[in-house]
Amino acid sequence: MPAKKLGRSTVKFASPPIIVGTGTVVGPVEGKGPLASDFDVVLPDHAYGERTPEKSETKILEQAAKIAIERAKIEKSMVDYYMAGDLLNQIISAGYSARQLSIPYFGLYGACSTCAMSLALAGMVIDGGFADYVLVACSSHYQTAERQYRYPIELNIQRKTTSQYTVTGAGAAVLASSGTGPKLTHATVGKVVDLGLKDVHDMGGAMAPAAADTLLTHFADTGRGPKDYDLILTGDLASFGSEMLKELVRDNGVELGANYRDCGLMLFDTKSQHVGAGGSGCACSAVVTFGHVLKEMDKGTYKNVLLVATGALMSPLSCQQGESIPCVAHAVVIEA
Amino acid sequence: MRWTGRDVELGEERSTVASEKAKKQVSNLPHMTQASQEEKRRQLAYKELVQKRKPRPRYLRNVLVAFVVGGAIAILGQVVLEFFKSRGLDLNAASAPTLAVMILVGVVATGLGIYDELGEFAGAGAAVPITGFANTIVAAAMDFKREGWVLGMGAKMFIIAGPVIVYATLAGVAVAAIKFIASP
Repeated sequence: MPAKKLGRSTVKFASPPIIVGTGTVVGPVEGKGPLASDFDVVLPDHAYGERTPEKSETKILEQAAKIAIERAKIEKSMVDYYMAGDLLNQIISAGYSARQLSIPYFGLYGACSTCAMSLALAGMVIDGGFADYVLVACSSHYQTAERQYRYPIELNIQRKTTSQYTVTGAGAAVLASSGTGPKLTHATVGKVVDLGLKDVHDMGGAMAPAAADTLLTHFADTGRGPKDYDLILTGDLASFGSEMLKELVRDNGVELGANYRDCGLMLFDTKSQHVGAGGSGCACSAVVTFGHVLKEMDKGTYKNVLLVATGALMSPLSCQQGESIPCVAHAVVIEA
Repeated sequence: MRWTGRDVELGEERSTVASEKAKKQVSNLPHMTQASQEEKRRQLAYKELVQKRKPRPRYLRNVLVAFVVGGAIAILGQVVLEFFKSRGLDLNAASAPTLAVMILVGVVATGLGIYDELGEFAGAGAAVPITGFANTIVAAAMDFKREGWVLGMGAKMFIIAGPVIVYATLAGVAVAAIKFIASP
């Protein structure tokens, strides 16, 4: 077995990479939510001065990346790799932002799991000795996601009880081989799980089994349990998905208590803001983790956090062809 | 806690219920291996659980709101119709300008970004009247205009309304054919 690997699919970093700088940008709705004060930039509107929402998404991704580099107090030229992803076809937001940043680039697609996926890969690259600085970033945008996955933006349509609201925003972080800040200690890479659900208006329910699989694998690999973490965070299961996750892990003998929360529920006031079951999208886990959670770790509220970001890997095409929704979840451990 | 690292298990009692169903389905597929039978059973068990737990829509509220809002739009249409009739048009002649006015109302409300909010609030109450039909076309047109007038808006403005037009036309032809055959 490889020296840095634990169990089936967890890696333990020998010299844990350090998160030395972060940048977060959120949209107008997120800016009215309970975590608003934790973000670096809040947009006045979805367009952000651009002609198309796609351009606007690229702009916020680039902006988050630049803020993260600035906070890390390094030069752009010192960053070895830029790892980014988003939800759009051919991950254009990531690609176009990389065009402006001119840093050697890996494009990633993990749907809404991209945040944890990029952290895991960046950790491996740094701990493997292939880089000193890696910039990870991901973005999503309500309007671009709505256009690609659902309906035209102005269409009259009533949300289902399990429908989620795609977060407008971007989160970026610079990971370094040395420095001060929270450390990335473990990563558990998820496998694709598909329990045959086909309802595209119920992503939380579809993704919950993948989250349960990764969570249970992580606990089995590391020998830890839910009590070993101050905070267990899922990316965007929203209200219904997190309920299903709790149920699934309970069936396997693990009880998730008060230290379990979901980014999609933390980002909004789901009662007063019209966001359906909660937030979703790549940016959901990214802005909550890089904006809110790391700030709280800095204050000492949390010592160690387990982030499980889930992603649904379908496309509108595969769903129209009657395919079920394959899902994946990746987990990373961040310690203060 | 002992996690075997295989697959997420679904609770005992649920598994047995679902496995009865799965057995029936699986018996029609003798070529299936034991592993895929087990996979099928897990899928059915989960589907059952999700169906049981999924929050139900507020049917009563939705039906009432749809009735009131849809009714209000219909009353507005009636007012416009009466206006044209009062200016000397008969019922047949007045319905065409009435539809045009109602479509205009739907188009303007969509352009101002109001109609999608109404749809979220009222569901079918906003979707069924002709204002809702106008909304589907304008919403698509607004969206795809960014990809150009020809390959964007021109090609895709009927992406939601298109199927309605196609199948309404087909249904019209079918009904006309029945009438043609049935009438002496």
